[in-house]
Amino acid sequence: MSGPIRQPDPVTDEELRRLRWQCRRGMLELDHLLSGFLDRGYRDLDARGRTEFLALLDNQDQELSDWFMSRSIPEDPVVRDLVRHIVAVVTPRRT
Amino acid sequence: MSIPSRHFDALIIGAGGAGLNAALQLASADVRVAVVSKVFPTRSHTVAAQGGVNAALANVLPDNWHWHMFDTVKGSDYLGDQDAIEFMCREAIPTVYELEHAGVPFSRLDNGKIYQRAFGGQSQDFGGDQAARTCAAADRTGHAILHTLYQQNIRARTHFFDEFFALDLVRDKDGVIAGALVLEIETGEPLLIEAKATLLATGGCGQVFRTTSNAHINTGDGCAMALRAGIPLMDMEFYQFHPTGIAGKGMLITEGVRGEGGFLVNKDGERFMERYAPRAKDLASRDVVSRSIVTEVKEGRGAGENGDYILLKLDHLGAEVIDKRLPGIRESSRIFAGADPIREPIPVFPTAHYAMGGIPTDRFGRVVVPVGSGSEQVVAGLYAAGECACASVHGANRLGGNSLLDILVFGRLAGKDIIDFVRENPYQRSVDPASLEEAMSRLTRWDQKGGGVPAHQLRAEFRKCMEDHAGVFRTEEVMAEGYQRLCELRDQFKDARLTDHSKVFNTARIEALELQNLIDVGLSIAVSALHRKESRGAHSRPDYPNRDDVHWMKHSLYYREADRMDYKPVRTKPLTVESFPPKERVY
Repeated sequence: MSGPIRQPDPVTDEELRRLRWQCRRGMLELDHLLSGFLDRGYRDLDARGRTEFLALLDNQDQELSDWFMSRSIPEDPVVRDLVRHIVAVVTPRRT
Repeated sequence: MSIPSRHFDALIIGAGGAGLNAALQLASADVRVAVVSKVFPTRSHTVAAQGGVNAALANVLPDNWHWHMFDTVKGSDYLGDQDAIEFMCREAIPTVYELEHAGVPFSRLDNGKIYQRAFGGQSQDFGGDQAARTCAAADRTGHAILHTLYQQNIRARTHFFDEFFALDLVRDKDGVIAGALVLEIETGEPLLIEAKATLLATGGCGQVFRTTSNAHINTGDGCAMALRAGIPLMDMEFYQFHPTGIAGKGMLITEGVRGEGGFLVNKDGERFMERYAPRAKDLASRDVVSRSIVTEVKEGRGAGENGDYILLKLDHLGAEVIDKRLPGIRESSRIFAGADPIREPIPVFPTAHYAMGGIPTDRFGRVVVPVGSGSEQVVAGLYAAGECACASVHGANRLGGNSLLDILVFGRLAGKDIIDFVRENPYQRSVDPASLEEAMSRLTRWDQKGGGVPAHQLRAEFRKCMEDHAGVFRTEEVMAEGYQRLCELRDQFKDARLTDHSKVFNTARIEALELQNLIDVGLSIAVSALHRKESRGAHSRPDYPNRDDVHWMKHSLYYREADRMDYKPVRTKPLTVESFPPKERVY
């Protein structure tokens, strides 16, 4: 695939602060995954990806936990890909 | 000072199981109730409770509340108040039925009755055969309860202040609690909520330790507010640690891993538990395994770049056994430790899990404080329930299935008592401007600019110091040294500053406010632990290895002012039955 490389839009401090609070959840596992992704992966998302991340945060903690821990798979392929992407970004790489 | 205000009959701070169950009682009785929660209510930590709720329904095996009471008294290592424990075990039964009627989808038996599973520490006939007492909604009991209670509260028109952070309690001129000053996180603006009765239901404080299974929200806010209002915290030295949390992260790795044949090794590959517990080895009790892990790390045999964890090995079990018998463990380890246990060991370290202590209450959720010698009085209009409270049903050690029970029973009873209280006290008290100003100063101090230690740096240092000096390894020397350092950090906090002074969703400011709570509550744990010179339940001291009922069968009370300690007797007389005298706790 060729074409111009699109740079992600800059993220405002306020946007990050709002999202940081939405990443505060009832389960430690979700705190780590969602806050970790906000720090390490969110800036690299394009506008659509950011909207999808925001929508993901609206899901219930138990549902998010099931998806992240592979107890169930999201029906929506977009959500499925995003969940996989978050796990890939947050999982520590051991040497 | 002009601060907008709202008036309610009752104010509840915290929207977990305790807060929502209390709110539901109140709203259903047409009492005007407000619930303040710093996160959206269904994101409260109750959602993480998987196990279940104990109640002697006798649906699977014979059972009755008196046996449940015996197990709880014994489990508490005889530090629990027997009147409160009797009350909780009796009330467990109607509480579970009420939840069932409210719509909690409990797992069922074929005959339609609520299914009950067996948990450790449960017995029939006062220490006999295993009992089956825990009611569960599959493996998501906390989620099911929280959602049911939230929806019922919406139906009953409870007023929610979502994403509001409670700063401090406020009083009238006579010193009576008259509500709380809160902060709207979105706008950064304060709001005074005046109420005839206030319930603290803010949950646990696991974030005082570096490694914890608690969510980031569990910063002991209610406990710290009580301390700043001059109320002591009770039995704070009793904190449950789980031996195997993922190192540096805190997520629990179930004991089932060791039950299935997994074992711990140090950096040299040695199965060190054979030295500490030659017979039980890796299946020794939680406190023994936790302390052994910390000893290995302290003595330089920890694994990893910084030598600060131990390895849990299970690759020898094979992929099939791991996938079949330990579902979730492989995924959890891969995601949070970056280690696939089929090929490599899981890095682990003890993780802080549950606070037995908290704000002292009677069995109606009313906050009580000592007066004179021996007696105590109710703090008018102030209630506490859930993990932040201490009705003294867990004593020195909590049994599985009793934590959800505690929050539900005492949340419910606190709600019912508040109904009576607001009927008997129909007039709103006027908030003393001096009290309001003091609460406001907690917020405005963060507007100061200039040098000073960054708050986030202090937070990390404080939590590490708590882990090293008030965690599972508690000798006089270790704790005394830690106390000095914690005091230094507390002093440094006075000069801490923020670089971000914006108002809208200033999460750095919220975290700084939480840090003050962590410091206040952390000191209560460290000081209480330093003073208790015995080993009992979760408080385990190598230099005082035995339980000492003669000198220490009493509750600790920590006061923030001058880090003062006081004590009060354990209530050994139940309500209607004979006392269970202290015995050696053997399982």
